[in-house]
Formats: sequence, C-alpha cells, structure tokens
Amino acid sequence: MKRLFDPASAFPALASMAGVTLFAVLFLHAESQAAILGLCAGMAVALFLLARFGWNALATASFAGHSRTAQASVVAGVLVIAAVFYDQHFPLLMLASVLLYIVVCLGLNMQFGYAGVVNFAGAAFFGIGCYTAAVLTNHTALPHLLVVLAGGAMAAGIGSLLILPVLRTYGHYAALITIAFGILFRVFLEVNDALGGPQGMKLPGMEILGWKLNDSVAFGETEISFYANYVLLALVMAAVAFTLVRRLERSWIGLALDAVRLDETACAAFGIDVARWKITAFTLGNFLAGLAGAVYAMMTGFVAPNSFTFGDSLILVSIVLLGGIGNPWGLTVATAIVVMLPEKLQFIQEYRLLLYAGLVILILLFRPGGLMPRQVRDYLPGWKP
Amino acid sequence: MSTLLACDGLSMRFGGLVALNQLSLSVNEGEILGLIGPNGSGKTTFFNVITGIYQASEGRVDYRGKDLARMSAQEIYRVGVTRTFQRSRLCLPLSIFDNLMIGNHRRLDHGLWFNLVRRGAFQAQFEGQYAAAQALVRTFSQSLSARLFEPAASVNMIDRRRIEICRALISQPTLLLLDEPSAGMTHEETRELMDDILIVREHMPGLAIIIIEHEMNVIERITERCIVLNYGQKICEGPYAEVAADPQVQEAYLGTA
Repeated sequence: MKRLFDPASAFPALASMAGVTLFAVLFLHAESQAAILGLCAGMAVALFLLARFGWNALATASFAGHSRTAQASVVAGVLVIAAVFYDQHFPLLMLASVLLYIVVCLGLNMQFGYAGVVNFAGAAFFGIGCYTAAVLTNHTALPHLLVVLAGGAMAAGIGSLLILPVLRTYGHYAALITIAFGILFRVFLEVNDALGGPQGMKLPGMEILGWKLNDSVAFGETEISFYANYVLLALVMAAVAFTLVRRLERSWIGLALDAVRLDETACAAFGIDVARWKITAFTLGNFLAGLAGAVYAMMTGFVAPNSFTFGDSLILVSIVLLGGIGNPWGLTVATAIVVMLPEKLQFIQEYRLLLYAGLVILILLFRPGGLMPRQVRDYLPGWKP
Repeated sequence: MSTLLACDGLSMRFGGLVALNQLSLSVNEGEILGLIGPNGSGKTTFFNVITGIYQASEGRVDYRGKDLARMSAQEIYRVGVTRTFQRSRLCLPLSIFDNLMIGNHRRLDHGLWFNLVRRGAFQAQFEGQYAAAQALVRTFSQSLSARLFEPAASVNMIDRRRIEICRALISQPTLLLLDEPSAGMTHEETRELMDDILIVREHMPGLAIIIIEHEMNVIERITERCIVLNYGQKICEGPYAEVAADPQVQEAYLGTA
C-alpha cells in the first residue's frame, strides 16, 4: 500500500529546505564582504543551535521518510533562487555552475565513493568534455544535444584507456597514474595549436531543437537573463544524474561496487569480477564529467587549459570528501559551498586551495564520514520487511 | 556415495617452499571431512588452491568432471564451491544483508537496465532474496535475523562468524570450505555454531563440507572422516578415533620423544 502524504512528518524536511533556499538567496544577494561573512557566521550559529535542539535527527528522519518530497523541494528551491535573480547574470551563472559541478562530483563519487577507484584527474575529464564540445561546434554542424553526448562519450572513452594501467596498480600508485594523466592532459592542450594552445578556444552558445539557450527571453518589460536557460538545463541534468546514481547505489550493482572497494579477495571468492566493476564505475563517472563539461563550455562560450589544472581536480576530490564519501546529498551541499564561497568572498579566492586543504584535513581528523556520512544501503526507500 | 571432489598429485610451491606436496585426496557428496594438521602443514593453502586464489604448481582437482586447478576463483564459485576465511573477511561498513548478498552474487541480476530502470522487477527479486536470507539466518539465530539491515560492524564475533557462514551458504553450494570456524571463540560459542552447521546440513542434503579445525572435540563431533596433513603431505586418513590413535599423527603434533 502506498503511504499517504503526511504533512506533519514532512515538515522538518520542507522547513530545512526553505531555510537553505532563503539562506542561498540572501547569500547571493549580499554584496559587501562584511554582509557575506555575517551571513555565513549567522548560518553557522543557526546550524549549531538547531543541532543542539535535536533538529538534525528530526530532519534526517523526515528526509528519509519523504525522499520524493525532499527531492522535489530541492528542485523547487533551485527554481525559487533562479526566479529571484531572474535578470542577473552572475547569480544564475553560479547556480548553473554549481549544478554542473554536482553532476561531475556524482561521477567522481561513483568512482571512488563506491568502487574505490581514485581519480585525481576529474578536472581533466571535465575538460575533455569541454574541448570535445569546442572542437565539434567549431568544425561540424552536429546538433548540440549530440555534441553533449559526444563530450560524455569522449571522456568515457579516454577514461577506458586510462583504466588499463589503473587496474594493474593499487592505492597510491593508481592515484599517481591519474595525477600524471591530469597533468599530461593540460600540457597537451597548451602545446596543441589546433586546440588553441594556451589561449584556448571560443565556442557558440547552445541550441537544442531550435531552443537557443543564449537568447534571453523577454516578457514585455521584464527580460530574463539567458543564464536561466542554462540553469534549467543543468537542473534537469543534475536531477537525472542524481536519480541514476541513487538507483545505482540502491541496487545489486551498488553492492558489487562496494564489495570491490572493501575486499577484493572476498570478491574473487564470490565470483565478483573486480575489473568489470571498476571499469563500469570509472566509465560511467567519466561520462558524467564529460557531459557536464560539454554544457559548461557552451554556457561560458570559452575553453582554456588553465581551467583544468591539477588544483581543480583536487577541489573536486575535496568536495566528495567534505560532503561525505558515497552520499549524493552530502556532495550536493558541499558543491554548493565550495563553488560559491570563493566567488562571493573575493578575499579567499587566492587562498582557496589552502582553505580547502585545511578543511579536508579537519574533516578527515574529526569527522571521517564527511559532513553528511553515508548510511547503510536502503534498497527501496520506505520499504519495511 | 559418489565422489564429489578428487585431488590428484596436487602441489603448490612458493619459490623453494613446498606448501603442498603431491597431495591426493577425495571428498564424497554430502560428507563432512575434517582437515587437520600442525600449523603450516598446508591446510589453508589447500583451500586457496581449490578456490582458485592460488594457481596450483602441478596436479589436478577434479570436481564433477571439471579441473578446478585450471579455473579462476570466479568460475569455481559459479560451479558451487564457497568458503569462509580464517580471518573474518566481512565488509564491516555494509549491512548484514549486503554481506549475505555478496555471497549470492551468481544468482543476482546485474544488468544496468534491470537495476536502474526496471525497479519493479528489482523489488520483486529483492523481496525474494530478503525472504531467503531471513530464513537462512533464522536457522542460526533468531535475534540476528531481525537485524539484517544493521552494519556488520555492530554485531559480536560469533554473529560475524555466523554471517560469514551464511554468506557462503546462501548461494546453495555443493561444497562448503570452513577455515577454522572456531578461531577467536569460546568453547560454548563454538559448540553453538557446530549445532547450527549440523542443522543447516539437514536442510541442504548433498552439501559436502571440508572443515579445517584445531579444536579436536569439534572434529570428533561433526566429521565423518579426517585427513591429516604434515609438510603438505597426507600422513593419515580415517575416522577421528583411528586418526587420533595413529603414532605418526601424534608425532606430527607433539614431536618425537
């Protein structure tokens, strides 16, 4: 029997989401550094007090019991933020970036959160998607929907070559291979004149089935920023990717991936093909990164090697660590924080790597599960024996 | 009774070390065979060779017409040989149910489409597997069967061992290899566990078990036949009482006077 919607038990989740949305609006709206810092401090105090009064347990239970409602409320929150800033480029661009980065981090989470395949070249796979889009839009008349898919396929394809040496190594050595790949990728871009060298390439805005995303929509007097189009597209992508990753985790595949990460010998004894699952996770993860990259490139209209450094890969890894390895909700929150904070707080821009490094060390020391630690697998939400 | 598994001239060498030396032995269908011998006599190596974790240096392991010595660990699991490990190898952060399903890998559908899109069909398979897991665990422990969705890390040693044995049993193998199931447990706990194993066996006629054990009363109580290894060679074979009285065996365990 399907449970009826119960407003009382859904309230903590909905109230939390409303609070987060309000905070995001105020945060994006604030201009002065002092106001932004004040807001962050206020939020920290509020979170601390709520935790003291047992709100976290209430909200967690509420989210778990109403996962559909909770997901819908997140989508609604994003739409509200987009509506509030409908005519401003910058907040909408940031919102779309956060959503696309969520897609990348969902992929990364699949790779090392589930299958345990480290990937310190996340930005490179994102970059492969960007450059694929740049080359295809400049040199072919391929429909842009296919260009985006090609971005994902290219990243997945190149990743499936990289997985060969990764499979033959363990731990630090596998990590080193991905680091080397990330650095090689950037050097390759810089010396390759066909790809624009260090200056990079320009590319046109996106067009899906006649819908030109770079045209702003006007209703009489009011004109909506064209970035709102990208917010919508990125929101759909993030929602689909989130749902797929969630389902993947809550399936026999998710179980096989976890087993591969935790004990390869036991896996072999029970017929679990370690290589097959590592390849699956790595390929799917890179596909998501490439997909997001292709859209990101068309949104910003410009790609350059400097956007895909080792530092950027590290930021992606730290997002997954901060949020809680293996928890898609955690990385959603962490992506929003990590992408938006340095954009608004200009003075930490230069020190952001230092700041994240410190944060990651603190998290690993005091809360190894991340901000939102992963829970035991719940195959069918709401299902009771 | 027909032969289920027959080893012939099985050897395993690690460089100069000969862990198994021309070992020949056989296991009958439905039999409980005890494998005993001093530390380092090659018992666990024997398990690792027939489950495909090590590749035998020479010899063959005939199992229903297939040579296990030439098969991978995954293929061996698929033909119905499962095991437990001497040191617990559960995935502790995962739930008890997850750990059981790792052992059930060959009977689960791993298609991308099935798992991601056909959630209704997935639910049906999940519910079937849950009922099976529940029934199996209940034969071992009623209280444990109510805790299937708790992390494996949250249960005590004897329950972890039970989970490990259930993980090896859930795919309904024909040959179960138990590597020192009593390790780290009290006499009382060991006795309970052996009772459980005997009950399970009644539910699964035809299941053959090879058990490595240092607790001789366990061996005496549950095995029908014993094989004693020393330096990778079989030195004695027969019912426990006979084997225990054998002077060669006593010498292997206690040394010469």
